[in-house]
Amino acid sequence: MEQKSYLITDETGIHARPATILVQTASKYDSDIQLEYNSKKVNLKSIMGVMSLGVGKDSEVTVYAEGNDETEAIEAITETLSKEGLTD
Amino acid sequence: MSEILKGIGASDGVAIAPVYSLEEPDLSFDDKSIEVGQEDAEVEKFKAAFNQSKVEITKIRNHAEQTVGPEHAAIFDAHLLVLDDPEFLGPIESHIRNDQKSAPQALLETRDQFVAIFDSMDDEYMKERAADIKDVSKRALANMLGRELPSPSKIDTPVVIVAEDLTPSDTAQLDKNFVKGFVTNVGGRTSHSAIMSRSLEIPAVVGTKNITELAQVGDDIIVDGSAGEVILNPSEEEVLVYKDKEARVAEEKVELQKLVDEPSKTMDDVTVELAANIGTPDDLEGVKSNGAEAIGLYRTEFLYMGRNELPTEEEQYEAYSQVLKEMDGKPVVVRTLDIGGDKELPYLDLPNEMNPFLGFRAIRMTLDNQELFRTQLRALLRASQHGDLKIMFPMIATIDEFNRAKALLIEEKDKLVEEGEKVKEDIEVGIMIEIPSAAIIADQFAEVVDFFSIGTNDLIQYTMAADRMNESVSYLYQPYHPALLRLIKMVIDAAHKEGKWAGMCGEMAGDAHAIPLLLGLGLDEFSMSASSVLKARKQISGLKKTDMERLAARAVECKDTDEVLALVEEYVGRV
Repeated sequence: MEQKSYLITDETGIHARPATILVQTASKYDSDIQLEYNSKKVNLKSIMGVMSLGVGKDSEVTVYAEGNDETEAIEAITETLSKEGLTD
Repeated sequence: MSEILKGIGASDGVAIAPVYSLEEPDLSFDDKSIEVGQEDAEVEKFKAAFNQSKVEITKIRNHAEQTVGPEHAAIFDAHLLVLDDPEFLGPIESHIRNDQKSAPQALLETRDQFVAIFDSMDDEYMKERAADIKDVSKRALANMLGRELPSPSKIDTPVVIVAEDLTPSDTAQLDKNFVKGFVTNVGGRTSHSAIMSRSLEIPAVVGTKNITELAQVGDDIIVDGSAGEVILNPSEEEVLVYKDKEARVAEEKVELQKLVDEPSKTMDDVTVELAANIGTPDDLEGVKSNGAEAIGLYRTEFLYMGRNELPTEEEQYEAYSQVLKEMDGKPVVVRTLDIGGDKELPYLDLPNEMNPFLGFRAIRMTLDNQELFRTQLRALLRASQHGDLKIMFPMIATIDEFNRAKALLIEEKDKLVEEGEKVKEDIEVGIMIEIPSAAIIADQFAEVVDFFSIGTNDLIQYTMAADRMNESVSYLYQPYHPALLRLIKMVIDAAHKEGKWAGMCGEMAGDAHAIPLLLGLGLDEFSMSASSVLKARKQISGLKKTDMERLAARAVECKDTDEVLALVEEYVGRV
């Protein structure tokens, strides 16, 4: 099991386009991937789950990945978060 | 019996075709549960419907990307993910397998759970996501029931679309090879559907109030976008008259098309610049096909609208760069954000105002929201290396406002240069003249700005003190009134005295009555809808500048609009 925490610095949090791309990224991996915010965990491959968290600016979120490609998954998610301007 | 309906002409041209109704289909069903043993078959049915829906949405998405751009197409990516969402698919399958629900029933129950979650959130953005889920579910449900959703992208025979209104996702799917025109119940010349009809060059009449009640699928319908008229079930004679009109319009188009690469020159060899107004990079095709020599107004509002957060510097940079590159060195005047007042952005949380047109909008708002403004300026400055960028500030009333805006621009430029970014040296910075105060002291402005562009819609409403949204005072909307002509003259003269140029980017610049007057007043650049450029070029080629100067000199001495129009007729004949 791999896990990593991030501080979301984007003005509007995880919204719209970034959420779509984040879910698309997570869906490429076999591992179970979860996103935790405010002690609520959702499936990071679920667009509705991710949106329903309502992650805003200055929130700390944690991603958990478990499976044969967990390391690669976390790396790809870290890159996506940064590329989409969600983290600094 | 034929029936004539009056509406608002949104986009010129004539179309004759059968009615295609975009009404909601009946999606009710009786079978709420299934027999034990039917589960596998029902799950199959559900999966097949989802797969079919994905195929349809992908088609809409790709079509939207080509016709209205990736910006508008992105929402469909989210729709596709909903159809792949394990948290959505799981409960549906479990309702079928464990509770013996029918596929449609399982879908609706699961949908309602999610809709309730999003609906209960105290956030406009989240509430809209509920609408997305309903939208996607509706398509999947229609596929389960074997019923067809009215989908504009499925249209493959010539039709005229009839609808209450067209949403962005409807217009995103229009194929102008088949959609010959459209008619709606609601809307005005500036509503989304009207703007799209002009961009797509599809004849359209909006605001007919009850076309959906009167028109039946299969009825023949004539749309006359120039007259704002619709004829339902036309007689044979009417069809002939309009076929003739359609043919003449088409013929004229062919004639005009020959002028695409010609210069915009008067009979006595004076060259002016004919430019186009655009809203998004997607309008560039029309700019090129109509032979515009520049972009005289790039309205950047559309980058900020129809979304839930501010566009990033990168997104803006991409859009501006694309326009500059595709214009290949021709001038591009970009107007900084003109929002506020009646044009709202939900995520900015601007106050509601009693007098929005006299309120907190455009430069007044951006000078107060510096982060937003600086982001746009940086994106523009970075894009400047890709072409001939000119930056224009809207709604300037005082020289101080201009100086403050320009100071921010220079600050951002210096920062970028320090960061090692390439920024073009000689970017022209000008203002839009829409407030009478700016026209009156145009001589002082001319010393500090690089150019003027006259925005006539607002200049008329502020000069006449007549709200252009208020029909009771619409008689005061008089573009040819001598009061307005005098203001325009002051602006042009002031610019020329300082060796600067003056343009116009309102509807008036492409108006056949106004062009002779504006030419005579010495206007350098005329910026209009791309579809008016060739007509204007043809008209100008038949005018003599020296004659028009005499016309203009007399026109500013007239007492009212009627006198001015009579004078125009005297000089150039009936237009």
